[in-house]
Amino acid sequence: MIEYLVPVLATTLAAATPLVFAGLGELVTEKSGVINLGVEGMMLIGAVAGFAGGLHWGVAGGLLCGALAGALAALPFAFLTLSLGTNQPATGLALTIFGIGLSAFVGQYFVSQSLPGLQPLIIPGLAEIPLLGPVFFSQSWVVYLSWLTFAWLAWMLARTRWGLILRAVGESPEAAHAIGYPVTAIRYAATCFGGAMAGIGGAYLSTVYTPLWVQNMTAGRGWIAVALVVFATWKPGRLMLGAYLFGGMTILQLHAQGLGVELPSQLLAAVPYVATIVVLVLISRDRKLLQLNLPASLGKPWIGN
Amino acid sequence: MRFLPLLGRLAALALTACTLAGAAHAEEPLKAGFIYIGPTGDHGWTYAHDQGRKAMEAKFAGKVKTTFVENVPETADAERVIRDLASKGHKVIFATSFGYMNAMDKVARQFPKTVFMHATGYKSGKNLGIYDVRTYEGAYMLGVVAGKMSKSGKLGVVGSIAIPEVVRNINAFTLGARSVNPKATTRVIWVNSWFDPGKEREAALALISQGADVLMQNTDSPAVVQTAQEKGVFAFGWDSDMSKFGGKAQLAASVLNWEVIYSQEVDKVLKGTWKTTDLWYGVKEGAVTIDNFGPAVPADVKKLAEERRDALKAGKLHPFTGPLKDNAGKEMVAAGQTMADADLRKMNAYVEGVEGSIPK
Repeated sequence: MIEYLVPVLATTLAAATPLVFAGLGELVTEKSGVINLGVEGMMLIGAVAGFAGGLHWGVAGGLLCGALAGALAALPFAFLTLSLGTNQPATGLALTIFGIGLSAFVGQYFVSQSLPGLQPLIIPGLAEIPLLGPVFFSQSWVVYLSWLTFAWLAWMLARTRWGLILRAVGESPEAAHAIGYPVTAIRYAATCFGGAMAGIGGAYLSTVYTPLWVQNMTAGRGWIAVALVVFATWKPGRLMLGAYLFGGMTILQLHAQGLGVELPSQLLAAVPYVATIVVLVLISRDRKLLQLNLPASLGKPWIGN
Repeated sequence: MRFLPLLGRLAALALTACTLAGAAHAEEPLKAGFIYIGPTGDHGWTYAHDQGRKAMEAKFAGKVKTTFVENVPETADAERVIRDLASKGHKVIFATSFGYMNAMDKVARQFPKTVFMHATGYKSGKNLGIYDVRTYEGAYMLGVVAGKMSKSGKLGVVGSIAIPEVVRNINAFTLGARSVNPKATTRVIWVNSWFDPGKEREAALALISQGADVLMQNTDSPAVVQTAQEKGVFAFGWDSDMSKFGGKAQLAASVLNWEVIYSQEVDKVLKGTWKTTDLWYGVKEGAVTIDNFGPAVPADVKKLAEERRDALKAGKLHPFTGPLKDNAGKEMVAAGQTMADADLRKMNAYVEGVEGSIPK
């Protein structure tokens, strides 16, 4: 059993990493009251920029380029929705479509190239623990980076002044504005941060996971990341859990097929979305639950100053 | 003409604008339109079609002008894109995926003077022809190499979507392998997608962790070859050479040459002699071959594969020759017979040697 379990779990962690980055980024954006449906597009832009950067400066340079490109891609969205007050879901969809096209256009120069990828960084000592070692401590360093990012964000959102301000802006921009916080600037920053994280997620795909560039290579992971934020009811811990759960289901299903166990794979592929709808229905039924979880001003335009 | 690959509906819009701008010339070359399911940069299926399109256009330099629309989903969008191409004066339209069939059929009836050619389908009409390549012959030749090169005798296939074409390829691959190693078995993992590099990688990793040491894929990206390279096992280029993504891992590639069909049919349209057809071209017609052998393949294995290729070319070899049983023990082809094309087209059982059952 163990010999089957280890590859399933180890692959799950690596497979879910783009979801973790993009999902955490979108979570921060939504906490500030902005819903950005352009994650898929920003991931693709990050993926192609990451690949380009990876060609010259290795994986770390690639991830940085991806982050930068993702943040830049979020900027026009932020300008349209935050400064001009356009509809957020519609603008986000436009960003996704734009990202698919732009990344394919830029990426046509990279289609026949391949990057060396990344060897796992085996943590001495810890990697020898049975089961846990090969699963958790024999991953690429980018996976460890995703855990550090999670820990930092979870702490920041819950325990710091910065987190409090961000949440205040998402709950009631009027109140935050009244006590003197620059609501629009904070939302700009949160949106660009979300873009940078989506960019890192995309760059991870194109430089580490499958180190090549092909058009549309994110294949819907951006949408799963958006769904994850709702599934997680805007809580980072649950988001991590959800990412590994959804990632794990795919991997488990593939391994089960190889072993001759038939699972309805089409159905499993739909689970993230179904689960998200179920969570939405559950929290929407109860006003209190909704108020506790949903950033109160999510998706509502606010033009102050 | 090169379009920004956007969603299908945007591509159709762009098309309208571009073709309107170019519609003023008096003696125009014949306009041929192509509709692709994936991006031309996929290095697999769509890439192979696009190479064929380019080669055909070069062959008829000046006489034919081609247009393509990529990433067209197999939905109502396809119909809109096809109709748009037809109404903008394209005299021959090639649609390169199975799911465009009903849209092609519908639009073909509305444009009786335009020639429609649909790849891999089964609906034809007066101005709607069908064409396909015997990809299973390529899979068979790869299987021969796989059977020789596998140490564990466990082969793995990353399958896309369980339709007869893909089942046929898996079967032919297995038969090729078992023709040189009767103990070889094949495991299949379906990813239910034509194009998702991440998932293809995950399926490849699953197969490798379960002991497969030679992989084949019927999906459209080079991710499987790349994963094989990383894990030190072997794989094949599918539809085109993928050695750039795994020089050590790629044993050989099954290479499609759609140009044979495109040039032949466009020539007929130019001459005004086109009639509805049902083409299924294989090694014999030069539409598929084995090529790009990797450094790990010894000379005798390469020679064997080439002998099989020559036998296929001469019509002396048919991968589905009886006696042939499915993996539940039921007879598929009687001894001394070969499977008829009609049966090949609706294959829905694994041959002996493939493990598991086809997802319903």
